[in-house]
Amino acid sequence: MPLLDVRDLSVVFNRRGTKPVTAVDGVSFTVEPGQTVGLVGESGCGKSVTSLAIMGLLPRRGNKVTGEVRFDDTDLLKLRPQDLRDWRGRDIGMIFQDPLSSLNPVLPLGIQVAEVLERHQGRTRQAALREARGLLDAVGIPDPQRRLKDYPHQLSGGMRQRALIAIALACKPRLLIADEPTTALDVTIQAQILTLLKELVDDSGTALVMITHDLGVVAGLCDTVNVLYAGKVVERAYRHHLFAEPRHPYTDGLLQSVPRLDVDRGRRLHQIRGSVSDNIPWPEGCAFAPRCDRVIDDCIGSVVPLEPTFRGGALRCANPVPLEVPA
Amino acid sequence: MTSGGISALSDHKRRRIDELISRTSETGGVSLLRDAGRRLVRNPTAVVGAVIILLFLVIAIFAPLVAPHDPVQRFPELTQNLTVDSIPGATAGHPLGSDPLGRDFASRMIFGARQTLFVGVLATLIGLLIGVLLGAIAGAVGGWLDVLIMRLTDVMLALPSLLLAITLVALASRSTQWTVIIAVAVVNVPIFARLLRGSMLAQRESDHVLAARALGVKRHTIVLRHMLPNSLTAVIVQATLTFAVAILDAAALSFLGLGDPDINRAEWGLMLGVDGVRYFEVRPELAYFPALAIILVALGFTLLGESIREALDPKNRR
Amino acid sequence: MTDTLVSLDNLKVHFPIKSGLLFDRTVGHVYAVDGVSLSIARGQTYGLVGESGCGKSTLGRGLLRLVEPTAGGITFDGTDVRALSGERLRQFRRRMQMVFQDPMSSLDPRQSVESLLVEGLKAHGLQADASARLRSTLDSVGLPVSALNKYPHEFSGGQRQRIGIARALVLGPELIVADEPVSALDVSIQAQVVNLLDDLQESLGLTYLVIAHDLAVIRHISDTIGVMYLGALVEEAGADQLYDRPLHPYTRALLSAVPIPDPQVEDQRERMLLAGDLPSPANPPSGCRFRTRCPWSQERCASSRPELRVFDASGQRVACHYAEQILSGELRPHEVHAELVRPDSDSDVAGELIPTQPDLPTP
Repeated sequence: MPLLDVRDLSVVFNRRGTKPVTAVDGVSFTVEPGQTVGLVGESGCGKSVTSLAIMGLLPRRGNKVTGEVRFDDTDLLKLRPQDLRDWRGRDIGMIFQDPLSSLNPVLPLGIQVAEVLERHQGRTRQAALREARGLLDAVGIPDPQRRLKDYPHQLSGGMRQRALIAIALACKPRLLIADEPTTALDVTIQAQILTLLKELVDDSGTALVMITHDLGVVAGLCDTVNVLYAGKVVERAYRHHLFAEPRHPYTDGLLQSVPRLDVDRGRRLHQIRGSVSDNIPWPEGCAFAPRCDRVIDDCIGSVVPLEPTFRGGALRCANPVPLEVPA
Repeated sequence: MTSGGISALSDHKRRRIDELISRTSETGGVSLLRDAGRRLVRNPTAVVGAVIILLFLVIAIFAPLVAPHDPVQRFPELTQNLTVDSIPGATAGHPLGSDPLGRDFASRMIFGARQTLFVGVLATLIGLLIGVLLGAIAGAVGGWLDVLIMRLTDVMLALPSLLLAITLVALASRSTQWTVIIAVAVVNVPIFARLLRGSMLAQRESDHVLAARALGVKRHTIVLRHMLPNSLTAVIVQATLTFAVAILDAAALSFLGLGDPDINRAEWGLMLGVDGVRYFEVRPELAYFPALAIILVALGFTLLGESIREALDPKNRR
Repeated sequence: MTDTLVSLDNLKVHFPIKSGLLFDRTVGHVYAVDGVSLSIARGQTYGLVGESGCGKSTLGRGLLRLVEPTAGGITFDGTDVRALSGERLRQFRRRMQMVFQDPMSSLDPRQSVESLLVEGLKAHGLQADASARLRSTLDSVGLPVSALNKYPHEFSGGQRQRIGIARALVLGPELIVADEPVSALDVSIQAQVVNLLDDLQESLGLTYLVIAHDLAVIRHISDTIGVMYLGALVEEAGADQLYDRPLHPYTRALLSAVPIPDPQVEDQRERMLLAGDLPSPANPPSGCRFRTRCPWSQERCASSRPELRVFDASGQRVACHYAEQILSGELRPHEVHAELVRPDSDSDVAGELIPTQPDLPTP
């Protein structure tokens, strides 16, 4: 049984004076215990909204969330907010893009880590602080005993993100959701954080949902990757399949459009025409059709379904990139 | 670009794509200001505020037509019933009854709108003009002039605004409505000056000003075309909110007896402060109506100001 | 090297750290750019790569005299740019233009595209054939003429960046300094802009200084790459050479940190993880600035600062005392303990903010 089973999750923003916007449009995916799943897409594809909806962190006013988010067979969307708070932090941890705004600026680090332990595991302040020291040490923060008294602004971006990871992992959650955890960091620091995340996830058996726009980050980390476009999953595959033989023209185009460090230069980059806002509504066909090089008549006029592939993934495309047939 | 793509489609499917895309994309050529204006019109709060202000403005402008009587004329049918402990209420021809001197109270309220709005608007505009001038000089020129202007405004801001106004009025040998206007205007100068200077400085560091410098655009053009227009929005919002404060301040000065001593002049603050207080036991309406009118006008300006602020905030776009 | 268009000679940009309430006292300096010498050949692309706070943006702005250099020389096509001032500097700006990272904030939201583009022409008295120029410029960046009466907020990110490029191009510059031209854009849009820059260089013979943190992008578009760390160049090489044979330990770390979208490569890669964070540019380490994080650092690195020197006949330059020994494997890496770096307002200044700009309205 999967640890997290997201079924047909939709989020509609209803703001005063504007047309309703479907940010997430029937997204389904599962996360097995200990598995690392990637949600990849560009701005506006709904990846962050998906994670916020899973955690119940979207404001209830003005947002309509439908579908099911089954964690351990409990539908998180049906829980009362106060019950959901018991799950958050204890069973599900979360890391955000901006570690500075995710930490309380007026509380020392030690207290912030300890609070989670006090809240969810009933530790005393003393015991919690001792444990916090160990956690900061585990995420590679130098001289953890002294750091307990530091305030967030006294730490660098990378150290703050480490502290956030320590807080997220304090109660040994079974699921960790990381929303662009390295986007605000420099590459060398990103490498540190990704390596740390990978080690922690491997050691503790925590399942990880990694949300990012960076295909490179996903390539080294995730078991299964979901590619999102305009609020829907367009392709799901095991990472080796996805990167070696992408089937959806969008995935294919993305992979070809990023310059790679290890490939000869001089090749002109493949470009996807238009912009993310040039899409058509999903009920009218494939949202990507206006930008797609492989568009055919079947792409427009009817709903393109997400169909399972023989490799255990899924694909939403009427004219996918053909698999290479060995000669 | 590769072959295939859209060209591989049949004509009607291609047209369908164009049609669907054009449906989502907006029509072009809408400036930020017009865009904000559209949102403002759609905001009920703004409309309520604007309607209130408009209503009072119409009343103020057309006071002689709207008012049933001359506001300074004393009516025998009212004066004959006047005693120390009874002021006549509504009678035929006098819907709100009499004031303590036997004048038509309704007409005085209507002419009061004229006087009160005149003082509030003029005080704000004068304060705005001087404040913007000082702020723009401080923000654009910088250096010792900036330091001088800012220290000056600091001193003015350090005094409570009403106290400052009282001092200014007291300094004038003879109080007229102009001393009130000037006093309230002066109180608002440092607020506008600081606000404009602050956003001018922020603009100075902004990327688009840097871009203009990189283009080799002349200094005065940068200040006038980029820094000033982009800084003014905050000031405009503040000005709308200041109308309300200015009206209250002017009323307060009149209430304290520092306003125009002319007893014939109908002004809400004066009506509230003098007659309203003195005859509160006898006829509380004399206080209620001017107070209500002041609150309502102030509310109108506040609602409109807040909505303009909201509409101009780029975060609220679309 | 061939025909040099721009050269920097030991360029320094130091920002004073001011403190005090009434009277500003200078309590220290942020050494944002601390002695950089490089030259850019005409028609070529020089890529400047480094992490936030390394001074690469300040270097670009210093070159354009948008921030005032503290010391050093800038020579543009034989002209001493630092000697120019006032009206002559303003007119000279026509020859060197800039493209910004964030196309939204670098375009005045109140101006239509037409007035944004015409502004530069007016400033240089070129409005005579303005409309023809605008059309051809818009065409060259792939925007329709109908864009002229629209406003920046009505475009997508990629189109806005095209407007930013058009604004720089309309004056017919020789050099374009592009500061993170694609990092604010969506992945699928980045390729469009990179290709556009490529095409424009080919058709107009432009010279680029491209500043970015993304080594993969830099490597793709540059002929020569300079790697910056804490205000100084640590290595400079041809784009292929740098990848094939990185000499400086920091370059190695940078190369190994860039994720590659290929699981097979990622699984087999050996990561060289750097310990700790970038030190504050207000208080740089003595000697070699990289030594606090370098796994090959020796005693000598703390006492003497390595000069950027030509390594061999390939022209590759490196600022490391032990480049030869590290390359040959003679020197073995050791463990490095992370030093805690306190982020202070100073380093933020160097990273994001460019302090008061001297040639702006100040008397």
